[in-house]
This record gives sequence, C-alpha cells and structure tokens, in this order.
Amino acid sequence: MELKDKLLSSFMVFEDRVNHQSKNINEIRNTAIKNFQQKGFPTKKDEDWKYTSLNALLKHDYTISPQQESAIEFKDVKKYFIHDIDTYKIVFIDGKYSSFLSETTHDGIDVCLMSSALNKPKYKIIMDSYYNKAAKADHSLTSLNTAFASEGAYIHIPRNKVVEKPIQIVHFSTGNETSVMLQPRNLIVVDENSHVQIIERHQSLTSNVVLTNSVTEVFANKRAIVDYYKIQNDNQEASLIDNTFISQKQSSNVSVHTFSFGGKLIRNNLQFFQRGERIDSTMKGITIIGDKQHVDHNTLVHHIEPNCESHQDYKGIFGDRSTGVFNGKVVVEKEAQKTNAFQANNNILVDDKATINTKPQLEIFADDVKCSHGCTIGQLDKDALFYLRSRGIPEKEAKALLMYAFANNVLESVKINAIKTRINKLIAQKLGVNLGFDL
Amino acid sequence: MLHIKNLHAGIEEKGILRGINLEVKAGEVHAIMGPNGSGKSTLSSVIAGKEEYEVTDGEIFLNGENIEELGPEERAHEGVFLSFQYPVEIPGVSVTNFVKTAINETRKAKGLEDMPASEMLKKIREKAELLEIDRRFLSRSLNEGFSGGEKKRNEIFQMAMLEPKLAILDETDSGLDIDALRIVANGVNKLRSKDNAVIVITHYQRLLDYIVPDFVHVLHNGKIVKSGTKELALELEEKGYDWIKQEATI
Ligand SMILES: Nc1ncnc2c1ncn2[C@@H]1O[C@H](COP(=O)(O)OP(=O)(O)O)[C@@H](O)[C@H]1O
Ligand SMILES: [Mg+2]
Repeated sequence: MELKDKLLSSFMVFEDRVNHQSKNINEIRNTAIKNFQQKGFPTKKDEDWKYTSLNALLKHDYTISPQQESAIEFKDVKKYFIHDIDTYKIVFIDGKYSSFLSETTHDGIDVCLMSSALNKPKYKIIMDSYYNKAAKADHSLTSLNTAFASEGAYIHIPRNKVVEKPIQIVHFSTGNETSVMLQPRNLIVVDENSHVQIIERHQSLTSNVVLTNSVTEVFANKRAIVDYYKIQNDNQEASLIDNTFISQKQSSNVSVHTFSFGGKLIRNNLQFFQRGERIDSTMKGITIIGDKQHVDHNTLVHHIEPNCESHQDYKGIFGDRSTGVFNGKVVVEKEAQKTNAFQANNNILVDDKATINTKPQLEIFADDVKCSHGCTIGQLDKDALFYLRSRGIPEKEAKALLMYAFANNVLESVKINAIKTRINKLIAQKLGVNLGFDL
Repeated sequence: MLHIKNLHAGIEEKGILRGINLEVKAGEVHAIMGPNGSGKSTLSSVIAGKEEYEVTDGEIFLNGENIEELGPEERAHEGVFLSFQYPVEIPGVSVTNFVKTAINETRKAKGLEDMPASEMLKKIREKAELLEIDRRFLSRSLNEGFSGGEKKRNEIFQMAMLEPKLAILDETDSGLDIDALRIVANGVNKLRSKDNAVIVITHYQRLLDYIVPDFVHVLHNGKIVKSGTKELALELEEKGYDWIKQEATI
C-alpha cells in the first residue's frame, strides 16, 4: 500500500481513538487530513521541492503510531543532552512521553505535554487562541502532522518571566519497529516581556529507518525574547522534515539557530511572520555534511509591518556526494516601510561530487527598505591552507581549522555557552579531527 | 643547512625563479633584497613548500636532504619557518590555541607526547614577554582584525614558540614602527645560535641595523644578481636598485 493510502486509513482508526477530545481540535484535524488527502506528498514538480525528493523515503512501510513502550537508561543517552547545565527536559521515546527522562514544570510557567494541552480544559483558552494558528494551512506535510498530532512539547510562559533554565525537547527513537514515522507537535507561547531558550533534538538510537515530520509553532508576544536551537545530528537512516512557524508581535526578538550535521535527509521549513513593529527575526545555520546526506533549508520571512529587521546567515560545508539546498524567501509587504532585511548563504564544496543549490527570492513591495542578500559557493582558500600547513599543521587538521573559521561567525550569536561548546565538539567530530583543544 | 641549486620555479607556464643558487650555513644570517616582483616571496614560498608553484629545475637541500617530496607541514617539522608577508586571518581560533596546535602537531610528527600544559603556558608567557605582547592579545582570534604591525609581531611570536632551525622572514619589517621593529628584531636575535639560520627578506636597510646579516643578496627577475656583505645593503639604500638592474642586463 502506498504510504499516503496507509496514512489515510490509519487516520480513521486514530480518529476513533482520539475523538473524545474537543470539537475544535477535531475540526482542525478533519480539515487537515482533507488537505493532505487532496495535496499528497510534495513532489519535485512543486517549485519548493525542486531539489529535494522524498521518493526514496516514502517507499518504506512505516509504523504510523508505535504502541510498544520502551525504556531507555539515562546513562545511555546522556550524551545527546546538553547535560552540563541545568535544564528542563521534555523527552519522548518513539513518540511517547518519557516521564523518567523528563523534567517538566507547572511552577509559574507550563513546560509540559501537548497531549495534556489537547485534552485538558485548563489549556483550552491558550489552545483556542494559538493552536494551529501559525502553521500553514495549505502545506501538505504540515496538514499531515496536524491530522495526527497527539504528542509533543507544550510550553507557555506567562508575562514578565525570564525562564532561567533552557528547555530541551528531545525525541528518541529506539528502533523497535523496522521503520517508524513520527509526527511530534510542539506549541510554544511566550507572553509579553518574557524570555525563554529552547533546544530541540531528534535522535535515533539504531540504524532502523525513522521519518520525522515535526511541526512547531512559536508565538512571541510583545517584547518577548525566544532563542531556539536545533541540533540535527542524527544517524544515516533517520530523516527529518522540520516545519517551524514563528509568529511575532511588536518589539519581540526571535532567533533560530539550526545545526545540521547528520541524518539521511533533512528539510527545514522555517517561516517567520512579523505581526507588529520593531520586530527582530534571526535565523542562522551551520550545515556540515558528507556521504550522500542531503540538507535543505527553506526559509521565509514575511515582513508585514514597518520598522522591522530580519537577519539570515547560513553556512554550508559539503563533502563527498552530499547535497545542499538553500531557498530563502523574503517578502516585504507594501506597508512594511523601513524594513531592514539581510540574507547571506555561503558554501564550501569540499569535493567535486558535492552540490549546493542556492536561491534567494526577494519579493519587495515597499519602497523605503534596506535589503541585501548574497550567496557564495567556493573552495577552501589555498593561501590560508598553506599558511596553516607551513606551521606544521597537517593538511586534514588545517582544512578542519579553515572550515571551522568559515562557519564560526554563526556561533557568535549563540547565547548559551554549553551549546557553543557542544557545537564546537560536534564540528570537530564531524570534520574528523582532534586538535587538542575544543575548537 | 639550506642549499639551493639552480632553482627554477613558476606558476602555470610562467617562470618566476630562473636559476637561484644559494647556500645558507648554520649560524648565518642572509638578507635578500630586491625590487617588487623580483621573486622574493615566491622563493620563500617554494622553500616552505607551497604546492601551487611548480619546480621545473634544480634542487633544494635541507641538511643534506632533498626536500622536493616534502609537504609544507613536513618541512615545518624539519625546522623550516616562514613569517608571511600577508598572514591569514583565522576567525574563532585564538592565537594561543593555534600555537599550541602547531607545537603539538610538530611534536606528534616526531613521535613525542603533547607538551605538558604547564610547560606550554610558561613558554607562552616567556615569549609573549619577549615580544611585549599583551595577554589579552593571545586570546583573540588569529590575525582577525589585527593591524599590520600586530600581524607581523604575531608571526614572530609564533616563530619564537616554534624555535625553527631555518627562519625566513618575508618583509616582516613592513608595517612596523621603529619601536615594534626593535622588539621584533630582538625576538629574532634571541633565536640566533650557531645551530640555526635566518633569511631576512626586506626592502629596507633599516631592519638590517638590528638584525645584522653575514651576507646580502640582490634578487632581480628571479635571479640572484649580486651578493656581498652587509655593506651591499647600505649601498642599495643609497643608490637604489637601478644600477644593479643595469649591471644585470649588461
Ligand atoms: N600565485 C601567483 N600567480 C601568478 N603570478 C604570481 C604568483 N606569485 C607570484 N607571481 C608573480 O611572480 C612575480 C614575483 O612575485 P613575488 O615573488 O611576490 O615578488 P616579490 O616578493 O619579490 O615582490 C611577480 O611578477 C608576481 O606577479
Ligand atoms: Mg613579496
């Protein structure tokens, strides 16, 4: 059976199981499955999917909602957490909440579960105002997630709270099934003047096939600050389609850093909507891949109101036969005067067989704006390489240092030191070097 | 120490060095002077092993061994150091970490353990003091945003840390004010011993007041057209290069 058909028939079973829930949510689900049914999976014919094919991924016979519960020992997965600082943790194993590995809270803030938010009346007001309000309704993969959404992180930070500890959202898959499809759904609502930091990771623990189609909605109300870090360093058989929608109000500041170092196929759909003045939106990324890995960054910033800024800076290093895509769209509406939009995508191809397709798209309808964009594709600088080697540093290590130097400025805006250290280690690991210091 | 015989080298069909002969013995300081574009930087790069240049004829011997097959890092491990005319910026890697890596990679190549951290620290402190380098400077990203003078001083700091057998200084004096020049020269002189050698490439006699050469060579059009002692540098300072160019064409 085709995956699409399998999903459609699973939906009926799923619907029976969950339809005791609120009418509103059921309606959202039904609309979503209809949209998915009509649109199906995206194909290369879709302009936005020209360079990323899901065909190979859709051939597997996925388990849609894994039922078997599995336990994991913390010591076995400790390395996947940022563990040298105190954090809240919302942890899932094969899509199911693991209370054992988690550290949630209701003390002044809600750091808990989407399953609770979907079911319990006390979350109804927030859910009715925010749930599925930022997610693109006509986007087939997002609709697919919306139809099946039952678990994920639910975070609500009321006004005037600076959340001291970062929140880690970690999804493990255990390989209990030969191939599994996961559809986590996260909602993050940050009220006026509040500040929160989030770290997200998806990690498969075996070489069984995993396809994650994740949807995250972030709402930053007036003057809220949200820093979001996505660590994508999964194994060769794990693929991720990350759909993140960010809706910002006046004077809020949201940054998303995406570190893509591993996985079979990664597609990041990252969309910012600026619904107020003096908003700042930042999206940065470092991609370092090899083998036949594929990473696709598809970004959108929608400048709707005046006096806002957006900053995009993506660095990519592609080795072997790996492929990269960067498709960055900036829309500046007519009313959005004095917009300042900056976009850069710089890439290094380490091997002849590696490829990158990079395409900035600017749609500017206002006349008083500052927009700049630039993309480069290059090789490592020979003079720089000679400089390092002439100091006794072997070629491989010298190349690694140069690649690190190339990507480095993306790390400058990372506000959590423990993350910086971890990313540096992952970069060194990814580049296969041990330099005697953490990069 | 270094013996260059009839060296011809160039890039993509273009000949740059056209028959260089030079012998530098341990304990000696040689100065190489010459007009812009005469091939001074190319010569230093070829000695240090830059692969873009093709050696079409001749040989380079280091301590009696032909080094043709050695990569730049292997030459460094053999004790060659080149202070670059244009040092490269490496964002995100501090001066200290860079120097540590360079030293430990060289030790690794010789089958030695990493230098103990305390010893490294002591050495860094000592050499930084010698070159009057501020501690904060050492934690900055290598060459990033350094002034021309800072870059050169940092090159000599690295040289002092690596203690090479053969140091080649390619226009290390350009961009230095007189105080910095004195400090840098002092750093170079500290390195001098009967076991190692220095090649100083410069346009100006000025530096040679501080690092006094045993021999002075004039490079023109990829050839050494005149060699002499330190008095030759004074003569060049006075008369410029034109008389040498004329002599060379006769
Ligand atoms: N990488 C290169 N590519 C092309 N030409 C070069 C290159 N390096 C040096 N040259 C040429 O070789 C000549 C000598 O250059 P160089 O060695 O830098 O001279 P100097 O250091 O004496 O000023 C010049 O004509 C220069 O343009
Ligand atoms: Mg030069």
